[in-house]
Amino acid sequence: MTGGSEAPGGWIAEALREHAEHAEQGQPGEARAGHPGMTDREQQVLDRIDRARRRRPRVREDRITMSHGAGGKATHTLIEAVFLEAFRNPLLEPMEDAASLRLGDSRLALTTDSYVVSPLFFPGGCIGDLAVNGTVNDLAVAGATPRFLSAGFILEEGFPVADLSRIAEAMRDAAAAAGVAVVTGDTKVVERGKADGCYINTAGVGVIERGVALGVARARPGDAILVSGPIGDHGVTIMLARGELDIEADISSDTAPLAGLAAALLDAVPGVRAMRDATRGGVATILNEIARSAGVGVLVSEDDIPVRPAVRGAAELLGIDPMYVACEGRMVAVVEAGQAEAALAVLRAHPLGEQAAVIGEVTGESPGIVRLKTAFGGTRIVDLLVGDPLPRIC
Amino acid sequence: MRFVDEFRDAEKAHALAAKIAALAEPGRQYKLMEVCGGHTHTIYKHGLEDYLPETITLVHGPGCPVCVIPMGRVDDAMHLAAQPDVIMTSFGDMMRVPGSNGSFFDAKARGTDIRMVYSPLDSLKIARANPDKRVVFMAIGFETTAPSTAMTLLRAAAEGLGNFSVFCNHVTIIPAIKAILDSPDLRLDGFIGPGHVSTVIGCRPYEFIARDYGKPVVVAGFEPLDILQSIYMLMAQLAEGRAEVENQYARVVPWDGNLVALRAIGQTMELRPYFEWRGLGFISHSALRVRDRYAAFDAERLFEVPGVRVADPKACQCGEVLKGVLKPWECKVFGTACTPETPIGTCMVSPEGACAAYYNYGRMHRQRVAEAAGAAAANRGDGGLLS
Repeated sequence: MTGGSEAPGGWIAEALREHAEHAEQGQPGEARAGHPGMTDREQQVLDRIDRARRRRPRVREDRITMSHGAGGKATHTLIEAVFLEAFRNPLLEPMEDAASLRLGDSRLALTTDSYVVSPLFFPGGCIGDLAVNGTVNDLAVAGATPRFLSAGFILEEGFPVADLSRIAEAMRDAAAAAGVAVVTGDTKVVERGKADGCYINTAGVGVIERGVALGVARARPGDAILVSGPIGDHGVTIMLARGELDIEADISSDTAPLAGLAAALLDAVPGVRAMRDATRGGVATILNEIARSAGVGVLVSEDDIPVRPAVRGAAELLGIDPMYVACEGRMVAVVEAGQAEAALAVLRAHPLGEQAAVIGEVTGESPGIVRLKTAFGGTRIVDLLVGDPLPRIC
Repeated sequence: MRFVDEFRDAEKAHALAAKIAALAEPGRQYKLMEVCGGHTHTIYKHGLEDYLPETITLVHGPGCPVCVIPMGRVDDAMHLAAQPDVIMTSFGDMMRVPGSNGSFFDAKARGTDIRMVYSPLDSLKIARANPDKRVVFMAIGFETTAPSTAMTLLRAAAEGLGNFSVFCNHVTIIPAIKAILDSPDLRLDGFIGPGHVSTVIGCRPYEFIARDYGKPVVVAGFEPLDILQSIYMLMAQLAEGRAEVENQYARVVPWDGNLVALRAIGQTMELRPYFEWRGLGFISHSALRVRDRYAAFDAERLFEVPGVRVADPKACQCGEVLKGVLKPWECKVFGTACTPETPIGTCMVSPEGACAAYYNYGRMHRQRVAEAAGAAAANRGDGGLLS
């Protein structure tokens, strides 16, 4: 087609070489018996892809790109290839939102999170609310009662003290609402241009008082999957608050502490297998974590997933899928078959769970894959997000 | 959500599906091409193929703006972006398209100033805010996006904005459709016409397809019911032995197109003698460049553009996929070496690309889908959708 002969370099060459190696190894035993029709060939390709997806992830880029922070596939790959590889230990390996540890007679949950949201103030809250609620929620969904937080601030030279005070006040109020205390902290200042106003890191410790064992790897076929309310509010709010899109809508962030809601659910429903707060990457990312960690299929129904009309409208205009948009006050719960109704009743009785819904189930088919019954009546896959539609969402 | 949900009504879809199935002659295979990548996306996103009888195959066409950009053109853009004081701007879709030395995203990580914009007018804003920089907008797309580039050129000229230019990669749809019709590899029964392009060019330009090639065309909207209805209209034409251009998307597409938009394009841009398309090769009069009058805003004249020609990686079969000769999964590297995360070919990059749509939404074990549907049907005691 073209006259050029220069072969593409870099990772493309590497990917192709790797591909060739795997193809050479071949799987002759896997050729299907029966009719070698189109469907069989397609099936073989899909099996080959499944194998490729199970291979150990490798970071192909030689620099960090924005995708590595998006909470999707690239983030997972980076974490597994760099951090898990470097720090590997039994407490880290489950890769849950919080580590579950034993100190003396106590079971504790420990977590940390950094906040780089832009803009710092948005309808429904500010970076301070996120910094408290985000960390509280990571503890809450681990089945812990959040107790103590640390707060580290990285401030840019020139940042208004008045803004910092507003952020600190928001953190104070959020901590009071969540029943936690900020007990230690750190402050660093960098030269103008080396940061963007204010970044916050918080770490949190909570006590696991109940004898529960939670984790997405515990999901079993037949389990029900619930969300605690409408999804995507936070992400769409941030997107519109940036003012780049010239769209206005009456939406505000859903940032809220989930500790009370999570505790109510655990107290009333013994069959809770796992809880996750749906932040970066949205509900779709959590569903994929369930499917991958537990080696099960997940089947959800688009009609049953609560999304506010304004969020749906904005997402539709922007060509993004609310399933991937961040929430800051919503969780996904997996509960044993038969306890879905009870769980739903508990969630709906709580002010933060009034619009909770059962959105689907865990299945034995298509392990590792999340399928969506579309409102239109078709079926499709919901994969991990690739690329970054929206950096610095939290 | 008003004006959207009406076009996603499952009950109406079932009714249409039954009518489509009734029109399919037993034993006859139908191949219908949806020209536009937006349609490909809708088809997979809503699981529309579940509604069609197995004898109707939807073939994905070349109408994905990012997919048809050849690798050399990406390298040219990368070269422009690396010039001193340049801020390169482009649509988000373009950011992950691989050149021979990585994508815009990779270049951005290496320190090149590349910014994503939602509209070319945003590039103008950046140019106004950075008078000491040279802002280049990488314009891509069919006749759908060309008017906004045209308006931007007019605005820049009116303001005398000396630090703004356009790297023009606009292509036109008709020559690509003609190339596919003339290709010996493929036998098609009809076309689902591109709705967005047609809002600009109207329906007349497709008349040659019906007249000279005897194939029906139905210009379609982008909601799933739009597409299903267009398939029904195509099947009706085929059943009645007609070959006409019909407009399913009349609520948006005027038969004669949008004269204001066409005039703006004509004022600022002209046809290139030829342009290279990924997979389709050089097609004459298939792309637009900036007119002499606006040379001051034409990046190809303001900068040295190397005009790199790079062959696609051998294993990449985007060309065949773009022409509809191969189904995405039939490409040798599909889903293994080439994934949305690490795309080798453009079809895996854009959400409108056939490979990305199939990988992200349709990568399902059809047998199991069929089995599940069969089991559900057995439970209901009827024949089921897929039977």
